[in-house]
Amino acid sequence: MGKLFSHLASYRRECILAPLFKLLEAVLELFVPLVVASIIDTGIATGNSPYVVRMVLVLFALALTGLAVSVTAQYFSAKAASLFARDAKKALFEHIETFSLADCEKIGLPTLINRMTGDMNQVQSGVNMTLRLLLRSPFVVLGAAIMAFIVDARAALVFAVAIPVLAIIVYLIMRVTVPRFRAVQGDVDELLSQTRENYKGARVIRAFNLQDKERESFHGRADRLFSRQISAAGLSALTNPLTSLVVNLGIIVLIWYGGVRVDAGSLSQGAVVALFNYMSQILVELIKLASLIQTMTRALASARRVGAIFDMTSSMEDGTRMDSPCDGPAIEFSHVGFSYNKTGGKVLEDISFTLERGQTLGIIGATGSGKSTIAALMARLYDVDEGEVRILGCPIKSYRLQYLHDNVTLVLQKARLFRGTILDNLKLADSQATMDEVKRALSDAQALDFVLDKGFEAPVETGGRNFSGGQRQRLSIARALVHGGQILILDDSFSALDYKTDSLVRGALAKRKDITKVIISQRSSSVMSADRIILLDNGRIAAMGTHAELMATSPIYREIHYTQFEKEDADV
Amino acid sequence: MYKESLRRTLSYLSHCRGRFILSILMTLAYVLSSLYIPLLAGQAIDLLTGAGEVDFGLLTGRLFAILLTACLCFLSQYILSRLNNSIVYSVARRLRNDAFDKVGSLPFSFLDSHRQGDVVARVISDVDQVADGLLLGFSQALSAIMTIAVTIWYLFSLDWIMALVVILLSPLSLVVASFIARRTHRHFKETADRRSIQTDLTDEYITATGEVLCYNLQNEFQARFSQVNAQWADSSLKGTFYSSLVNPATRAVNSVVYACAALAGSFLAIQGRLSVGGLTSALSYATQYTKPFNDITGVVTELQNALVCASRIFSLLDEEDVVDDGRKELPDGPLSVSFRKVFFSYVKGQDLIRDFSLDIASGMHVAIVGPTGAGKSTVINLLMRYYEIDSGSILIDGIPIDEVKLSSLRLSFGSVLQDSFIRKASVRENIAMGRDFSDDEIVEACRRAHVHEIIMRLENGYDTVLDDDEGLLSAGERQLIAIARCMVDLPNLLILDEATSSIDTRTEGLIQASFNEMTRGRTSFVVAHRLSTIRNADIILVMKDGDIVESGRHEELLAKGGFYSELYRSQYATGGGEC
Repeated sequence: MGKLFSHLASYRRECILAPLFKLLEAVLELFVPLVVASIIDTGIATGNSPYVVRMVLVLFALALTGLAVSVTAQYFSAKAASLFARDAKKALFEHIETFSLADCEKIGLPTLINRMTGDMNQVQSGVNMTLRLLLRSPFVVLGAAIMAFIVDARAALVFAVAIPVLAIIVYLIMRVTVPRFRAVQGDVDELLSQTRENYKGARVIRAFNLQDKERESFHGRADRLFSRQISAAGLSALTNPLTSLVVNLGIIVLIWYGGVRVDAGSLSQGAVVALFNYMSQILVELIKLASLIQTMTRALASARRVGAIFDMTSSMEDGTRMDSPCDGPAIEFSHVGFSYNKTGGKVLEDISFTLERGQTLGIIGATGSGKSTIAALMARLYDVDEGEVRILGCPIKSYRLQYLHDNVTLVLQKARLFRGTILDNLKLADSQATMDEVKRALSDAQALDFVLDKGFEAPVETGGRNFSGGQRQRLSIARALVHGGQILILDDSFSALDYKTDSLVRGALAKRKDITKVIISQRSSSVMSADRIILLDNGRIAAMGTHAELMATSPIYREIHYTQFEKEDADV
Repeated sequence: MYKESLRRTLSYLSHCRGRFILSILMTLAYVLSSLYIPLLAGQAIDLLTGAGEVDFGLLTGRLFAILLTACLCFLSQYILSRLNNSIVYSVARRLRNDAFDKVGSLPFSFLDSHRQGDVVARVISDVDQVADGLLLGFSQALSAIMTIAVTIWYLFSLDWIMALVVILLSPLSLVVASFIARRTHRHFKETADRRSIQTDLTDEYITATGEVLCYNLQNEFQARFSQVNAQWADSSLKGTFYSSLVNPATRAVNSVVYACAALAGSFLAIQGRLSVGGLTSALSYATQYTKPFNDITGVVTELQNALVCASRIFSLLDEEDVVDDGRKELPDGPLSVSFRKVFFSYVKGQDLIRDFSLDIASGMHVAIVGPTGAGKSTVINLLMRYYEIDSGSILIDGIPIDEVKLSSLRLSFGSVLQDSFIRKASVRENIAMGRDFSDDEIVEACRRAHVHEIIMRLENGYDTVLDDDEGLLSAGERQLIAIARCMVDLPNLLILDEATSSIDTRTEGLIQASFNEMTRGRTSFVVAHRLSTIRNADIILVMKDGDIVESGRHEELLAKGGFYSELYRSQYATGGGEC
C-alpha cells in the first residue's frame, strides 16, 4: 500500500492545504451559534437594532468567507485526488508491464482489470472524500463540544456523554454490517456469473434443456441474496434513527439543565440556544462522518488490493545481451523440464534437441502433450525449471528480452489482433516496415486478397473479433512476417485454415530460406516436409527424425499419419 | 416511453401494496415528528426567560412532549427504512428473476446479435439502479415534498413574515445547485467515456500479454495508456471540482438565508411579535428547509437514470420469446431427417440457404464440408431449431420440427459444438448436465471419450470445479468433455460440429472408434475440415458461401471434379508428393 500512496507525495501541498482550508471553514461555521446567541442576549434583550444589523453582517461575512475557503479546499482535494489517481494508474500499468506471462496468468485477467479500474476509482474517491471530510467532520463534532464548553462548561457535560455514545453506536453498527454487505456483494457476483454463463452457454444449456433448472437455481440464489440484503440493511437502518434519538435526548437534558442554570441566574437564554444549535450541528456532521467512514473502508480495502499488485515483482529476470554470435545452432534445448506450477505435474520432461539455422522443425503430438509449451519456452514467455534453452548460440536468459523478441517471433495458438486498422496491426510489429514488405507478408500469408477487399484501413475490433478464425490466423502470420526476426515459431497457426490455404502458406514460407522455422501442428501434412520432426507424447520426445524416418520407426507417428491420410494414398 | 417504464416499474409494486401504503404513512409520521421537535424545543427555550422565572412544571411538560416526539420519530424512521428496504429488495428480486428467466427463452437471433456484457448488465446492475434509483428516489421525493409542506405549515404557525423570508429565499440554493449541475454533467459524461476507453485499453493489453511480449509492444502500450490516462485525469479533475462546488455554494446560500432570517426574526422579536424560542425554531427550519429541495434535484437525475435502466430491462422483457408450441414428442430409436424446400437467411433479403431439399434415411451419416465461413454451422442452427427457417420445412421422423416440443427435439440430439462450453461447476456436473447418472456411468463415459486420465490429473479429479473463463482445460480437452456428455446417454441424433478441430489427430483417432460405436444405427451430422474422417459418410454436403453447392458420396463427388474434389486434392498438395 505504501507504494500506492507514495504517489500522493507529489501533491503534498494540496494534501495539506485542502484539509486546512476545510478546517478553516468549520471554524467559521462554529462561530455562527455564538453570533446568534449574542443577537438574542444583547440585541433582542435590549432592543438594540443597530447591534442586530452588525451581527447579521458578521453572519454574511462568515458565509462568504466560508464559501471562498471551501471552494479553495475543494479545488485542492479534487486536484490531489485526480492527479494522484493518474500517476498511480500510470505506475500500475507500467508495473503490470514488467510482469511475465506466468505472473499475469497467476494473477488473472479479471483481477488485473478490476484493480486498474474499479479499485482505483474507489481509492480516488476515498482520497478525495478523506481530504475533504476527514479533518472537517471530527473537528466540527469536537469543535462544537469545545464551543459548548466555552459557552457553559457544566452544561457541556451533556456533550461529553453524547459524543462517545454516538461514536460507539456508529462504530458498532458499521462493524457488524460491513462484513454482511461484503457477503451481499459475493451473492451479487454469483448471480452475475450465472447470468453470463447462461448467455454464453445458451446453446449447450438449451441442448440439455436446462433452462428450468437454471431458473430454479437463479431464483434460489436471488432469495438468498434477498434475505442477506434484508439482514444487512436492517441493522444499518438503525444508524440514523438511533443517532437522532441520542441527539434529541441530549437536547432534552440540555434544555432541562439549561433551565436549572437559567433559573439560578448563571446562564442566559441565548447561551442555551447556542448549546442547542451546537447539538444540532453535531447530528448533521455525524451523518456525514458515517458515510465518510464507509467510503474510507471501501477505499482502504481497494488500496490494499492495488498495493498487493504493486508489491509483486516480476518472476523473470531480464538479461543484458544485445547481440548474438554468428555461429551455434538456432535453437538448442538440453534436458529441459517444465511445469506451470509447482504442485501440478510436469508438462515437459528431459527435452533435448538442436535446430540448425535456416532449417525447419516440425512438432507434432497429442492434445496436452506440451507442444505449445515448447513454443512458449523458445520465446522465453516462461523460464525452464530444469536444463537450458540456448538461442542463436547463447543461453536464452542472457539476452535482453527485447532483443530476444526482435529475433524470435512467436505466433501464438490463440493469436489476438489489436483494435485499430488492419494496417495498424501490421505496422505495430515493425513501424519502419515499407508498404511493399507489408504486402509481401500478406501475400505469403494468403491474406492479401481479403485485405485488399476490405481495405488496409478497415477497422479491427478488440481481439479481431470482426474477422473469422481463419482470417485472424492469416493476419497474425502476416504480422509475424512483418516483424521479421531470424526465428519464426508458428504454434498451431493453421488450424482454422482449410488444407488448401494451409499448404499455400507453407509453400510461401518455404521460400523464405533465411528464416529458421518451427511449425507446430496437429496435421501431419503441415510438418511432413520439415527437416526434422519431433513427436511429443505426454511431455516427452517419443521420436525424432524426418518424415520418412518416423514413418519407418514410430508406430505412433504412423498412426497419426494414417488417421489423416489413408494408407492407399500415403503409399502412392 | 419513460412514462410507460415508470408505470411498469410501479406495477412491480403491486404485490407489496400494503407495505407501500404503510411506507407513505410512516414517511408522514417521520416528517411530522422530526420537524415538530425544533418547534417544541423553541417553546421550551421560551420558558427560560431569566433567573427565578423558569416554570419547571411547564418545562417538564414540554420536555416530556419532546421525548415522546423523539421516540415517535425514532420508530417511524426505523420502520420506514426497513419497509423501504424490503420493498426495494423484493422488487429487485422480482425484476431480476423475470429478466433472468427471459434470457432462457430468448431466440438465438437475439443472443447472437447482442453483446453479452450488455445483457448481463441489464439483469444485474440495471436492476439495482432501478430498485435504488426509482424506488428510493420515489420515497425520498415523497419525504422531501412532505417536509416542504410541513415546514411551511409550522413556519406559518410561528409567524408569517418569517415564513415568507424562509420560503422565498431558500429555493435560491436550488437555482445555484442546478446551475452547477448542468455544467458538471458534461464533465462527468466525458470522464465516464474516457474511463471506459482506459478500461478497454487495459483489457486489450492484458488479454494479449503474449503478443505484447513477443512483439515488444510495452512502450507502445505505455504511450497509449499515458495519453488516455492524462485525458481522463483532466476531465476527472474538472468533473470532481465542479461537482464539489455544489455543497459549498448551497451552504453559502443557506448561510445567507439564515442571516436574513436572523435579521428579520430579531426585528420581529424586538417588536415582541416573535419569541426567542420562536426565532430559534425558525432558524432551525431555515437550515433544514433547503435540504428537501436539494434532495429533489438529486432525485430528478437519479430518476432519469433509473428510468433509462428500467426501459432497458423492459425492452429485454419485451423481446419475443422462442416459439415453443409444438406438442409432439420424438420417438426413441433411429430417426430420419428431411429438408423440404428450405429457405433461410440471417439477414432478411440475403438468402443463405435457397430451396434446399434432402432426405436422410434413419441411421445415415451425413458429412458437411466446406471452407472456413461457408456456413456449415447454419445447418446445425436449423436442425436444433436455434434459428427458424424462413420457409419450407424440416421433418424429423416425418414430423415437422415446429410441431415437436423444443425440449424433446433438443434432447434427441447429442451435440459437440465448435466452442465447447464449460459450466462453472464440478467435472461431474459438467458431464451429467442436470441429468441423473451414477458416478460409474460418468466415469465410463469419460473413459470412452478418453478424457478420464486428463480428469484424474486435475487437482480434485471429478470434483474439480471448472470455469469457462479459466484455462484449466485446453480447447481440445474441453471438446473431450463435451464428447463425454454425449457418451453418457446416447441420443438418437448426433451432431459433431468441428468436434475434433482442437484435438490432435491421434486422440481423435482413439475417439473415432468410440464415435463409430456411438453413431452406429444413429443418424449423424458431422462438420469437419479433415476429409478423411468423413470419407465414409453416406452423404456429403459441400458448402460454399452459405450455399450447399454439391451433395453425394465421396466417390461420386470426386468423379464429378467439382469444388469438393478441389478441396480434397489440396490436402495432398505438399504431402502426397514426398511419400
